[in-house]
Amino acid sequence: MPESAPQVAVIDYGMGNLFSVRNACRRVGLDATVTSDPAVAAASGALILPGVGAFGDGMQALRDLGMTRVILDAAESGKPILGICLGAQLLMTESEEFGRFKGLGLLRGPVRRFQGPQEEGRPLKIPHVCWSPIRHPDAMQAAPWRGTLLDSVAEGEYMYFVHSYVLMPEDRAMVLSFSRYGQVEFCSSLRAGSIYACQFHPERSGPPGLTVYANLRRLLLERGRNER
Amino acid sequence: MLTKRIIPCLDVRAGKVTKGVKFKGNVDIGDPVEFARLYYEEGCDELVFYDITASNERRDIMIEVVRAVAEAVFIPFSVGGGLRTLEDMRRVLLAGAEKVSVDSGAVRNPAIISEGARAFGSQCIVLSMQAQRVAPSARIPSGWEIFIDGARTPTGLDAVEWARRGEGLGAGELCVNSIDQDGARSGYDLPLTRTISEAVAIPVIASGGGGSAQHIYDVCTQGKADAAIVASIIHRRDTTIPELKRDLAARGLPVRMNW
Repeated sequence: MPESAPQVAVIDYGMGNLFSVRNACRRVGLDATVTSDPAVAAASGALILPGVGAFGDGMQALRDLGMTRVILDAAESGKPILGICLGAQLLMTESEEFGRFKGLGLLRGPVRRFQGPQEEGRPLKIPHVCWSPIRHPDAMQAAPWRGTLLDSVAEGEYMYFVHSYVLMPEDRAMVLSFSRYGQVEFCSSLRAGSIYACQFHPERSGPPGLTVYANLRRLLLERGRNER
Repeated sequence: MLTKRIIPCLDVRAGKVTKGVKFKGNVDIGDPVEFARLYYEEGCDELVFYDITASNERRDIMIEVVRAVAEAVFIPFSVGGGLRTLEDMRRVLLAGAEKVSVDSGAVRNPAIISEGARAFGSQCIVLSMQAQRVAPSARIPSGWEIFIDGARTPTGLDAVEWARRGEGLGAGELCVNSIDQDGARSGYDLPLTRTISEAVAIPVIASGGGGSAQHIYDVCTQGKADAAIVASIIHRRDTTIPELKRDLAARGLPVRMNW
């Protein structure tokens, strides 16, 4: 492949439609392969773990495919990982969705159901299906998104969300962005080293969402150059 | 107030966008992928496609349209028209749609709503309904009756009862189209939209009659709609999505403006 198209594996574990993710990758010049083969995933430059559905089912599907080892190894080796929506939640320690399930544990903290979001005294509908702005965390530094997958996304930019559960990282330093649903503030993306988790769907969030994928491409090109 | 969505609607017949008035006399006006790309670039929040192709054998054309749209736009879009089975829904979703919309098929077989919600999640099942004003009666207490098959066939269903039933079956959203206002560009049916919005807890998309930013503002405030469908006013370029959104934002309606 020419340098312009780094390879990424979009992990297909039967949880939702992955073609929008693949299309977004292709749009920004990533060579994306949708795969449920652990060997193909292991050979790629980065992993994208998308998904829509229930946490327990998702973990079970990853185990059945033999994909958990590949993801953990990738994290260990510093290979970029991007979890999206359910995929983001699976990177966490555990979830209480329909029971209590252990996650991949790459990011410390649980996944919890939205706690009573409301607006003007009326309860808001769950799932949260909405375009909502993403905001900087209460960061000390001036440009907290510089050099991350949110690089050059404007603060307050709208992203598209579909979810009932939220990421609850133990370490606030991991929080990349916050968003609100009614009065409830929640973590809408987080980062630990080369591991990223987005609660929103960048592939459905228009040009600002595509920026996330374009940043992943740039990150991979930089990694490629450093390794040579 | 949550952000209100502006949703262009494209009626597609045999792979071409058409526009009709009161469900009669459709004329082809262009390529759905080109329309989708333009409205996406202008910053619409979502797109809706209705396949109004009459014959079944030409429906594969729509799947190709959906696939091409999914490669060109990166926002949610829904596809409806002629979806009768889970397999119909699955094909559309696998081609890249975010949501499916059921209408006449759901009136004939309401179980399709619950089956779809179970298989793909409520968030991707939109119940679309065509309502027409009638004299209130014991059977139609609200005074709005549901029609099917391109608004030609009365069903004897009360629109409010049907909306509640759809929500109970697992629809994630309702798209309420006013047959009386359709294509007239004189404003959405505010009483209809408000009545349905107040009867359910799921988002309501107002459709039929949108002719100006004022109309959208009215239906999102007085009509309590969460989103508004626009069609001919933008297809004919009487206005554009950014123009509409600037106008709405100036009136104080929360809309997504940023790009």
